[in-house]
Amino acid sequence: MAGERLLEVKDLEVSFYTYAGKVHAVRGVSFHVSRGETLAIVGESGCGKTVSVQSTIKLIPIPPGKIEGGTVVFDGKDLAAMSDRDLQSVRGAEIGVIFQDPMTSLNPTMTVGRQITEALIKHQKLSGAQARRRAIEMLSLVEIPNPKERFRQYPHQFSGGMRQRVMIAIALSCNPKLLIADEPTTGLDVTIQAQILDLMKSLQTKLDTSIILITHDLGVVSKLADRIVVMYAGKVAEAGSSEDIFYNPLHPYTQALLRSVPRLHEETRRDLLAIPGTPPDLFVPPKGCAFAPRCSRTMRVCLDHQPGDFAAGGHHTVACWLADRRAAHVREAHAHRAEAEDAGARGGAS
Amino acid sequence: MLAALWVIVTATFFLMHSIPGDPFLSDKVTEAIRQNMLRKYGLDKPLWEQYVIYLGNLLRGDFGTSLKMLHRSVNDMIRDGFPVSALLGLEALAYAVTIGLLLGTLAGFRHNTWLDYLAMFVALIGISVPGFIMGGLMQYIIGLKLGWLPIARWEGFRYTIMPAVALGLGTLAVMARMMRTSVLEVTNQDYIKTAKAKGLSQREIVFRHVLRNAILPIVTILGPLTAAIVTGSFVIELIFGIPGLGKYYVQSIFNRDYTLILGTTIFYAILLVFLNFLVDVAYGIVDPRIRLMRSRE
Repeated sequence: MAGERLLEVKDLEVSFYTYAGKVHAVRGVSFHVSRGETLAIVGESGCGKTVSVQSTIKLIPIPPGKIEGGTVVFDGKDLAAMSDRDLQSVRGAEIGVIFQDPMTSLNPTMTVGRQITEALIKHQKLSGAQARRRAIEMLSLVEIPNPKERFRQYPHQFSGGMRQRVMIAIALSCNPKLLIADEPTTGLDVTIQAQILDLMKSLQTKLDTSIILITHDLGVVSKLADRIVVMYAGKVAEAGSSEDIFYNPLHPYTQALLRSVPRLHEETRRDLLAIPGTPPDLFVPPKGCAFAPRCSRTMRVCLDHQPGDFAAGGHHTVACWLADRRAAHVREAHAHRAEAEDAGARGGAS
Repeated sequence: MLAALWVIVTATFFLMHSIPGDPFLSDKVTEAIRQNMLRKYGLDKPLWEQYVIYLGNLLRGDFGTSLKMLHRSVNDMIRDGFPVSALLGLEALAYAVTIGLLLGTLAGFRHNTWLDYLAMFVALIGISVPGFIMGGLMQYIIGLKLGWLPIARWEGFRYTIMPAVALGLGTLAVMARMMRTSVLEVTNQDYIKTAKAKGLSQREIVFRHVLRNAILPIVTILGPLTAAIVTGSFVIELIFGIPGLGKYYVQSIFNRDYTLILGTTIFYAILLVFLNFLVDVAYGIVDPRIRLMRSRE
C-alpha cells in the first residue's frame, strides 16, 4: 500500500481577508498522501481541515481567500504555482471531490446524467453517446438501481444517500488518482453513512484511488483511514498511522478527542468527557501552542513558544512540547498520576 | 378563470355607473337631446336590466358601440388600438428583459466594481422615477434639445424607441436588481463549487450552471412586471400621443364612455390572465421541479 507519494503538501499558509480583518486559517500545514492509501484529516469545525485540502486545487474562494505560502506537489506537478486555468485539467480529471451536503451539491435544474457526462466530455473528450454509456456504468458502479432511468432524472428525485452516490459517481467518473471526500457522510443518517463508507472502501480497491477523508467523526476515520492527521487551530497537532493515533496518541488534544468519543461497551460507567474551552480566534493567532489554554498539562514553555514537530517513531509526529527530550520528567509524572487515577477509578467502581 | 372575469365585469359595471355624471352631460347639449340620447343607448332602463343586456351581448362577443365616438364599435377600436399597444409593450418588455438581465448579470459577476455601481445606479433611477416623468424628461432632452428622436406620434420604428424605453425602464430596473441578487446567491451555492471541482472553466460554469438557476426567480415575477408594463402604457401612450388602446382607455374614463370602459377593462383583464398563464408555463419549462410536480398530479 504505502508506496510513492502522490500528493505532498508542505508548509501551506492560507488566510482570508474579511472586513473584520485577516483570518489566518491555515498556519503552516504539511501532509502527504501515498498512492492507494486513505489519509484522514480530523479536527473540530473551523480548524482549517477543509481549507487546507481545498486550497490544494484552489477550490476556496479567492479572494477573500489567499494562499500565502507553501508548496503542493501532486504527481510531479506543483499545483500551488499553477494558474486557475491550468488547474482545470487537474480538477475532476485527476482529483475528484465529494462535498459535505449532497442535498445542495447537485445542480437542481440539470439532469443527473448530464452532470456526470459534463466532466467526461470535457476531460476524456468522449462523444455524447460514449459519455452517456460511461455515466450509466458509473451509476451502476455506485449501486444506484435502474441507472438508465435515473440518468434522465433530476436531483430532487433522489434521496440524500442516492445523491451522495451520484456525487461519488461524478467525482470518480474520470478515474482520478485522488479523491477528496470532504465530510462525505455528515449530512446523512447513520445507516446511510455506513453504506456510503462501505461503497467508498470497495471502490477504492476496485479503482485504486487514493483518498483524503476530511471529517470530525472518529468512527468514520477508524473504518477507512490508513493514516491520520489531527488538526487544531490551523496547524497539524499530530500525524501518524491509524494504530499510532488510536492506540498511542501523544498529543493531549488527540487524547482528549479520543476520550470524548462515546463508547457502548465500557466496563466502568463514566460521564462523556468534553474538552473544556473553545479553540482560539484565528484573527489573533496565539503566540505559543494554540491548545495550551485548554490543555490539562500546560507548561510555561507552551504559552510563549510554538512547538515544532517531534518525531515519535515511524511516520508518527507530534507537535507538543511534552514530546521534547527536556520534558521527559513531566511525562513520567503524568504517567504515574494517570495510572493512579486509573486504579482509583477501577477500585471505586468495583 | 371565468369566475375571475365575471367578478371583474360586474365590479367594473357597477363602480362605473356609480361615478356621477353620464356620457352626454355637457353645456352644449340640451336636456331634451340628452334624454333622447340616453334612450337611444338604453341608458334610461334600470341598472340591473342594462347589466343583463350587457352580459348577454358580451357572451356573444359583442362589446357594443362607443357612446362618444360616432359609429365606432368597441370591438373595432380594440382591433385598431391593440396591435399598437402590443407592439409598444413588447418592445418595452424586450428592452427591459435584455438590458435588465444583462446589467444584473454583469453587476452580479463584477460584484463591488464600478460596473456593479453603475448598473445599480441606473436601476435606482429606473425604480424611483416614474415612467411618465421619465417620458417627459426624454421628450425634452432627447427630442427637443438634442433632436435625436421624434417627440411624439407613431409613424415608424424611430417613433417607438423613446416611449418603449420610458415604459420599460421601471421593469428593467427591477429585473437588473433581482438578477444581480440572484446571480450573487447562485454563485455561492454548493453546486457551483461542485461544477468548479469538475474542472469546468469559468465560462462553462456561468452558462451551464449559474444563469439558468439565477433566472428562476426572475421568471416568477415576470407576470406582475408584464402587468406593470401594460398598465404603464396607458399613461405613456397619452404622453407620446400614440394611437393605442391605452389612450382610448384613459379617455373613456374621462368621457364616461361606458361601453368603451367596460370593453377595454375586460380586454385587459383577459390579457393579464393569459399572460400570467404563459408565465406559469414558462416557469415549468425552466424549473424541472415544477414540471414534474404537475405531471404527477
